[in-house]
Amino acid sequence: MLKIENIEKTFNPGTANEVKALQGVNIEIEEGSFVCVLGTNGSGKSTALNAVAGTFLLDKGSIILDGEDISKWGEHKRAKYIGRVFQNPFSGTAPNMSIQENLMLALKRGKKRGIGWGLPSKLIKEFKEIVRPLNMGLEDRLENPIGKLSGGQRQALTLLMATALKPRLLLLDEHTAALDPKTASKVIDLTQKVISRDKLTTLMVTHSMQQAVNLGDRIIMMHQGKVAYDFKGDEKKRLKVNDLLTLFDELRRKDNVDTSVAALLEEYYV
Amino acid sequence: MALLIGSITIGLILALLALGIFISFRIFDFPDITAEGSFTFGAATGAALIVAGVNPLLASLIAFLAGMAAGAITGLIHTRFKINPLLAGILVMTALYSVNLHVMGKSNIPLLNETTVFTWVDNFSAWISGADTKTNLLGWQVAVKDLWLLLFCLITILSFCYLLWWFFKTNIGTAMRATGDNDQMIRALGVNTNSMIILGIALSNGFIALAGAMLAQYQGFADVQMGIGMMVWGLASVIIGEAIINDNSLGFVIAGAVVGSVLFRLLVAIALRWGLNPNDLKIITALFVFIALILPGIMKNKRKRNLKSTAHA
Ligand SMILES: Nc1ncnc2c1ncn2[C@@H]1O[C@H](COP(=O)(O)OP(=O)(O)OP(=O)(O)O)[C@@H](O)[C@H]1O
Ligand SMILES: [Mg+2]
Repeated sequence: MLKIENIEKTFNPGTANEVKALQGVNIEIEEGSFVCVLGTNGSGKSTALNAVAGTFLLDKGSIILDGEDISKWGEHKRAKYIGRVFQNPFSGTAPNMSIQENLMLALKRGKKRGIGWGLPSKLIKEFKEIVRPLNMGLEDRLENPIGKLSGGQRQALTLLMATALKPRLLLLDEHTAALDPKTASKVIDLTQKVISRDKLTTLMVTHSMQQAVNLGDRIIMMHQGKVAYDFKGDEKKRLKVNDLLTLFDELRRKDNVDTSVAALLEEYYV
Repeated sequence: MALLIGSITIGLILALLALGIFISFRIFDFPDITAEGSFTFGAATGAALIVAGVNPLLASLIAFLAGMAAGAITGLIHTRFKINPLLAGILVMTALYSVNLHVMGKSNIPLLNETTVFTWVDNFSAWISGADTKTNLLGWQVAVKDLWLLLFCLITILSFCYLLWWFFKTNIGTAMRATGDNDQMIRALGVNTNSMIILGIALSNGFIALAGAMLAQYQGFADVQMGIGMMVWGLASVIIGEAIINDNSLGFVIAGAVVGSVLFRLLVAIALRWGLNPNDLKIITALFVFIALILPGIMKNKRKRNLKSTAHA
């Protein structure tokens, strides 16, 4: 359902700050699949997710969603099909607006917004039922500005907002990285519940090998703007945290050997 | 007393300017100096149309739309060509100076012998209570006509406040506020933030142009210079309103802009009465806004330092 075809992205091309963030990434994801994306800092995980969401336009390659090439679409247009939660709890909500206003904005994701009254009382009742299962007492604080909530509460709400209208694709970029361990595990539980309830096709970036091993049905490991490893099915089920650590070490060792030297060595010894 | 009533009336008219500045500065955090041009643009368009015999209400409406067009251009320059807000506003403001001269045909249009919306109010007053009658208000002799003018402006402004409040509570209005609050978030929820900015800045300048058109009719002339300093004037009103009302909910902030505008106009009238040189008005306004802008920061630092010293003790 999602095809990422040979995408490339270079930031600040032709300057001293040039970064080849994506160097030909190919990923094909089936409907209903839950993919964990791992990789070292700067390996291009966020850039890959942003490329799918349309934060910037690609240098090369295409993004195909349900058979439609969306590579040239603006971010807001793609949002009709894509739900997102960001790493920074401040990114996913409008801090000075109330919880109910934020939820109401999310319920219109990708829909026409006219001059109808934004918050009819019927909707507010509905919101109470939406936030009650969080067990955070938010159902009585719907009028409070969201900026007053803790990071964990905001991330939980952002997740609810991203999935309030069932998205075709859910993008999670280290959405628990800024939270303390206890809150993080709560938000992960919630994530798992929502994803399995709605059978959401999901791409989740994480730094936690444990999460990657426990969750989802596929692991993609990125390195230097490319997909380095890709495990699915039984292979993914057998994978343990230790296996992943070994793979990371291998990638790191490769890094330490300068690429030109590597080429020389190859010529002599292979 | 007549002076007091006149000041409140002008304060109410300029509340439209404050509302416009509130939209650009507070909703979008967009320092939009187009205001200086569109204020005059509204006055010029309104005055020229009235002189040409157009119904003054229709003329005011067209002035509003003219302001919206100017604001839309600023928004477009900023979003489409990635020019920073201040510079985009300066470009349009500068261009409007020529446009205004063309619209007016000269640098000043007198309206004293024309029929304006305020002539209607005068006639209405004369019809109700006879021409040139006075009444006793708290021991002062006041022209009944002036009270009717005040009431008319009050009702007009309150209607616009209500409309604006209502708009910002609709689906599209809420999306507009979210654009100013967190554009990344609202884009991820499918809103074209560029369109929101263009529409919002257009709306802002519509209000500002209407303020210009109303003021021209009230004072009896439009002048090509009348927009100078209006942005800071509006900002001062908004800041005073926020300080007095001290409540973040939308309704209160909008009401605050009106209260701030009236109070600021009164303060200025009193200062002028006490002998402030009118030439110094703009520098005083600028100083006032400067102090209002840095005061919250200074207070916070001071509080922090106080906390620290008590912690050490
Ligand atoms: N907007 C940008 N402008 C310039 N460089 C960027 C931009 N976004 C990302 N980069 C660079 O691209 C590279 C890949 O960044 P990316 O954020 O995708 O890494 P990541 O895998 O998400 O890392 P992390 O685990 O630290 O989040 C980095 O070197 C980063 O500095
Ligand atoms: Mg990242």
